[in-house]
Formats: sequence, C-alpha cells, structure tokens
Amino acid sequence: MTAGAVSGSAAPVVELRGITKRFGDLVANDRVDFDVGRGEVHALLGENGAGKTTLMRIVYGLTHPDAGQILVGGRPVAIRSPKDAIAAGIGMVTQHFSLVRPMTVAENVVLGRTGGIRLEMAAAAARVAEASERLGIRVDPGAVVAELSVGEQQRVEILKALARDCRVLILDEPTAVLVPQEVEALFATLRRLLDEGLSVVFISHKLGEVRAISDRVSVLRRGVMVGTVEGSTDERELARMMVGRPMLGIRRTERAGAGPPSTPALSVRDLGAAGVHGLPALVDLSFDVQPGEILGVAGVSGNGQTELVGVLSGMRHPSGGSIVVDGVELAGASPRRLMAAGIGRIPEDRHASLIPDLSVAYNLAIERLDDFRRGGLLDEPAIREHAEQLIARFAIRARPDDRVATLSGGNIQKVLLARVLSRDPRVLVVAQPTRGLDVGATEYVRSELLARRAAGTAVLLVSEDLDELLALADRLIVLYEGRIVGEMRAGDADPEQLGMLMAGRGRAA
Amino acid sequence: MTFTFVFDLLAATLRNATPLVYGTVGETYSERSGVLNLGIEGTMYAGAFAGFAVAFTTGSPLLGLLAALVVGVLAGAVMGLLTVTLGANQHVSGIGLTIGLIGISEFANRLLFQGGELRRIEPMPLLEPLAFLGAPGEIFHQYGLTYIAFLVVVPLAWWVLQRSSFGLEIRAVGDNPEAADAAGINVGRTRYLALMIGGALMGIGGAFFTLAVLGSFTLDIIAGRGWVCVALVIFGRWRIGRGVLGALLFSLLFSLQFRLRILPGFGELPFEVLLALPYLVVILALALSGRNVAYPGAYLKPYRRS
Repeated sequence: MTAGAVSGSAAPVVELRGITKRFGDLVANDRVDFDVGRGEVHALLGENGAGKTTLMRIVYGLTHPDAGQILVGGRPVAIRSPKDAIAAGIGMVTQHFSLVRPMTVAENVVLGRTGGIRLEMAAAAARVAEASERLGIRVDPGAVVAELSVGEQQRVEILKALARDCRVLILDEPTAVLVPQEVEALFATLRRLLDEGLSVVFISHKLGEVRAISDRVSVLRRGVMVGTVEGSTDERELARMMVGRPMLGIRRTERAGAGPPSTPALSVRDLGAAGVHGLPALVDLSFDVQPGEILGVAGVSGNGQTELVGVLSGMRHPSGGSIVVDGVELAGASPRRLMAAGIGRIPEDRHASLIPDLSVAYNLAIERLDDFRRGGLLDEPAIREHAEQLIARFAIRARPDDRVATLSGGNIQKVLLARVLSRDPRVLVVAQPTRGLDVGATEYVRSELLARRAAGTAVLLVSEDLDELLALADRLIVLYEGRIVGEMRAGDADPEQLGMLMAGRGRAA
Repeated sequence: MTFTFVFDLLAATLRNATPLVYGTVGETYSERSGVLNLGIEGTMYAGAFAGFAVAFTTGSPLLGLLAALVVGVLAGAVMGLLTVTLGANQHVSGIGLTIGLIGISEFANRLLFQGGELRRIEPMPLLEPLAFLGAPGEIFHQYGLTYIAFLVVVPLAWWVLQRSSFGLEIRAVGDNPEAADAAGINVGRTRYLALMIGGALMGIGGAFFTLAVLGSFTLDIIAGRGWVCVALVIFGRWRIGRGVLGALLFSLLFSLQFRLRILPGFGELPFEVLLALPYLVVILALALSGRNVAYPGAYLKPYRRS
C-alpha cells in the first residue's frame, strides 16, 4: 500500500484532518485526511457509498462532521454553512445541480451575492457575459436554466463558483451526465483554469477519467482513506484499491458468426409518443429484438428513453405505431395484457416499482396475485414459499417478512429481477439496471441479464452507461430527440462515434 | 341595463376585490418562498378582529390597522416557527393556525364585547377624487385601503418579487432551497420574512371588513375568502398580476350575483344558487387552468441541511 506516499508540492490550499461523520450506525467517513495544493487536480476515487460525497459536503458546509478539522491556507476554519465555505474560497458543483431552474443564468450566478435592494439585472448579465468570455465558458446569461442541456447547466455551475472567486473547486461526479465530447470540453476548461492557479477536487468512480486529469488520486473505501497515489498509477492498481479486489468485468461472449435472423420476439414499427409539453417524445421508432439478443439503447437522458420504456410497459399511451410480441399486436395495451403477452420490465425508478411498506414476499407476488388466490383470500403459505424460493435462487439478502423499504439498493434490484424473471418473460425491457448499485450488485445484475440472453430472452437494455452497453449489448441503437439516429453492432461501435450520435451531431452511415 | 348599473358594478368589484388582493398577494409571497400558508383564513379573521378591537378601544382606525398588521406578522411568524423551524407538515400547521386564530378571536370577542348590542365604530371614510365626473366617477368612490391595494401594494409587491435582490432570494428559496443555501442565502430567514410580510398583508385584508366596510365585527366575517385567495394564487400561477386579475374576476361575479338577485327575472331562482356561482367559477377555472401548472419547486417541502 502506498498510503501517504505522495504529497502536494506546496502548502495545501485546503487540508482535512481526521474528519469523521456517522449517520446512525454507518460510518460515512472514518478519520479521513485529505489535502489539495495550488493548481492541482486531486481526485477522490471510490465506489458508490464510499463516502466521497459526504466528505466534500462537509468541506462545503452542507454536512457537519462529528470530528475533525478543516484548514484553509494552513489555518483552521469553522465551516458551518456554504456561506463560510464560499468566504474561504471553496466552491462546489454538486451532482444534482444547485440551480434554480425557472431562473436565468445571470440570476443564478448573482444569487446570494447581490448587494443593495435593487437587482441590477442588466449589469449582472453583462458581468456574467464578461466572465464567461474571459474564462472561456460559453453560456448565454439570459437563457433560462431549465431550457439548457445538462452540459450547459454544469458550465453555469462552474461559472457560478468562479464568480464567487473560489480558489478550490470541488466537482462531484462531473462527467456522470456528459457525453464524451462534453467531457473533453470540461477537461479543456479545467486545464485552462488550473494554469491560472485554481485547485480542483475531482470526485469520480471512473478510472479512465481520473487518470486523464488528476495529479494525485486518493481512494476512499467504506469511509476509510485507503491511500494517495500519483495520477499516473495504472488502472488495475486503482481498481484494486477502490474495490479491495480486482474487478472481474462482466462481458458478453461473442457468438461465432451472426446466425440467420430468426423471427423477432419484439418488433416495433413507427412507434410514436407524446412528451410532457405536447412535443413528440418518440418519432417513428422501428426496431426488432431477436430471441437471445440484447439490444442496447444509448442516449443522453431525456431523449425519449423514459417514454420508450413507458410505452413498452403500458404505462404510457403511444400516439401511433405498432408493438408486436410473437405476432400479437400490443400497442396501447394495458400493463396487465403486456405482462400476459410475455413482456417483463425492470424500470428505471426501482423504488417506484415496488411497494416499500409491503414485505418482500408480497412484493414478489404482486404481479401474479391470481396465482395465489384461494377462494376470495390470499394463500399466505404459498406466497411465503414462493418468496423463499426466489430469495434463495436470486441470493436476496432479506427475509420474506422484511419490508422492502429496509433493503439496500442492490437487494431491491434483486427483488425486482426475481419478480420479473420468475415469470420467464419472452421479452425483457430493462432501464438503467445498475444505476446506483455497488460493484458486487452491478456484476450480479449484469450476469443475470447475460444468463437471460443465453436462455433465449429478447432483452431491450436502456442505459446511460456506455461501458455497460458496450459490454452487454449485441447491437446498439442511439436515441436523440426521440428518433433513432444510429444503429450498429456493438462490436463495431467506438465510443467517439457513439458520443457524436448521442450529442445529435451526425448520423450513422 | 343602464350605465349607472355598470359603474356601480365596477365600483363594487373593486371594493370586493380589495381584501382578496391583500390576501392573494400575501399568500403569493408565502408560497413563492415554498410555504403553503393555510393559516390565511385565520390570519384574516384575527386581523379583522384585532383591527376592530383596537379601533373601538382607542377610537383610532389607524391604530386598528396597525394592530391588524402586527397580528398578521405574528401569525406569519408562528407559521414560520411551525413549518420552517420545526419542519411540521404545512397543511396541518396552516389549518391548525386558522382554527386557533378563529377560536382566539371569537373568545376574545366574547370577553371584551360580551353580548348586548352590536358595537360599532365610525368606518373609514370613502374617497371621492373624481366626483366631478358624475356617474363614471362613482367607480373611484372607494376606501383608502382600496387605493393603497391597487396603487401601492400590488406594484410594490411585484417590483420587490421580480426586481429586487430580496425577491430573487424568495424565489430561489421557494424553488430550490438547497441551491439558495449553497449560494449563501439564509433559507430559514428568507422564508420567515416572506411569511411575515404575507401575514401582514392578510391581516390588513381582514381588517378591511371591520374598519372600512362594516364598522363592526361579526362572527364568520371572513366567510372563506382566505380559501378563495389560496385558490386565486394557484389560478394566478404564483404571479402577482395574474392573481390580482383572478381577484378582480371573482369579485366581478360576486358583485354581479348580488345585483342579479334583485332583478325580477331571477326572482324565481334560489339566491343560494347565485351565491354559489363565483365559487363554482373558481373551481372550474382552477380545473381548466390548473393542469400542467409549474408549482414552486420546493412547494410544501421543509428544508433541512443534513
């Protein structure tokens, strides 16, 4: 282990000593030391739930530590609120942006630092425009935030922090919502700012990006600082530090030669659906999924994925087109009919798909209560037995009587998987199946999906995680503004081209 | 139908709209900061009573008005204590506040002015600046509080909310308190201030009935107008101008049905039907305009830093 082997060149701009934070029994941060030097990018690497965000929320005054000290420029400071943090020259771009969506860019930037009674909006807008020009962060000061793309919103956040003269910028998973080109643009902006002496704390769990931008990398695992190493440390070593073991990396096995196309299990033609503002969310979508095939749907969130999954699961009405499963027309059918026709779904919002106050056993039975009816009553012993079988088969760490609300994210996803897969669906519609799960649960979910593929299920996999799509899918389609803008075999796809398509720049040949 | 009828109707519309304008602007401030203040009905009631009690005791309507304002500020502060400091459910807090304030007002009324004949004060005078116009001048034959509502409160409230730093903070706190907090704005303080300003306006709106229109305090004097204001805020989509427009429309219908009652053609109709008309229109308008409404982002949500 290389703990503490590397340190910043000059005196640190911000230094943390022995920060400890508990939430009930959970120790989110256990005596963590961390520092960042001038003009340096110090990455904070760790799995979901490792305590990275908590640590940085403490630095920014959004969370209060139980113990420990924060030093700015070598002097201890008390940071009780973001106001104190801003005064100390610390800025933070949180994962869920802290922007007031109905307001303009300029209003957001001046928020909290307006002197006087009257709001000098024109002057503020001019200042914002000037700062945006000087820092090379392109945004229109008069634009309403809600109408900006995620990448643009992030630029507003960075501009906001810099407008407050921050010397240390904390970025919490800044690339999670960006397409590859936007990531490059972000890094270019950061490099320019670093040359001017800005310090950056870069929170991430993506090894490639961490290596691309960081001078030093500190790794947190379960709230404990595992060590600090050079940014050039190789990915294998970083991964080992992060998860405590080398990652297995679940991948599909390429089939020897694409066989002749069989009859598709799911066939979608000219599918359309209306979105929130009456604008079309899906436009003339046509695709097939063969039995034993995983079709990946790539795209930046908000380009029709939610609507597609909604229509395929009967939760949203199509405005036209057809959905055929095994020769049966199903467009506009109820969720119940779609389920009966062999479509199983694992929706994006897993919490909304289960009833948190009911037990695991009831949640597992709820899609097929007819099978558990005896007279007018529910057959409780049968429901329990059913639950016990699934708990064993899917290695769910819970008892049948546990309330779903008490389960971890990974176990909740397993309950959903168990409920859907126990029905042996012909077609599986899966959205963001591993979002927010830790490495172990992610690998489990992915291997289950591949097992279904091997068993001949047609899988439609909607994911924002390109690595996941490339690892699992046989073919990919790319959605942009509700249309399919590209289709390719996953083996032929390269991330660069996918990024272009996802950003709406160019079509596949 | 004569012109006199129209002028008289418009005058009545402005007069009846006055308490609704105070209430709606006050409620708009509360809700834009993220707090649904269902204490409005009780705050108007307490303002009506406190205004009358102080005016009757001291003989000064101005002191009465001041008392209504102070009571409104206090009611707003209590709402702040419940929903901001203690983070209690806003529906329960607001309804509780209304029940409490109505109860206290009626109790105090019994203690102070027990039984006997109706106590009266000299109502505030009507202003008549355009009397020389004859019949059309009748439209402007209004109470000072009506002039203040339309010429001072509405434009000032709009300007503060849309054009001042404080207004920006209210809107930020009501839409995304976490962002406001991260920007160094004191979320709790801003919400308290918005609630207290809103409460002051509600108190004055209530006092309009006792100090200006009636010159006396009677039970059930507010008669659900606070709830109407809550609906008008939604109808106005949390914008001052649209809310005031809604108040005017409601008052127009309200004043119209009063006048229709005495017309021979409507004699057969039970007057309750006409009385219900403006309220039905509000429900209908809400049902039609209330879809796809963008609520303030932090509506009903207490803010706690973890």
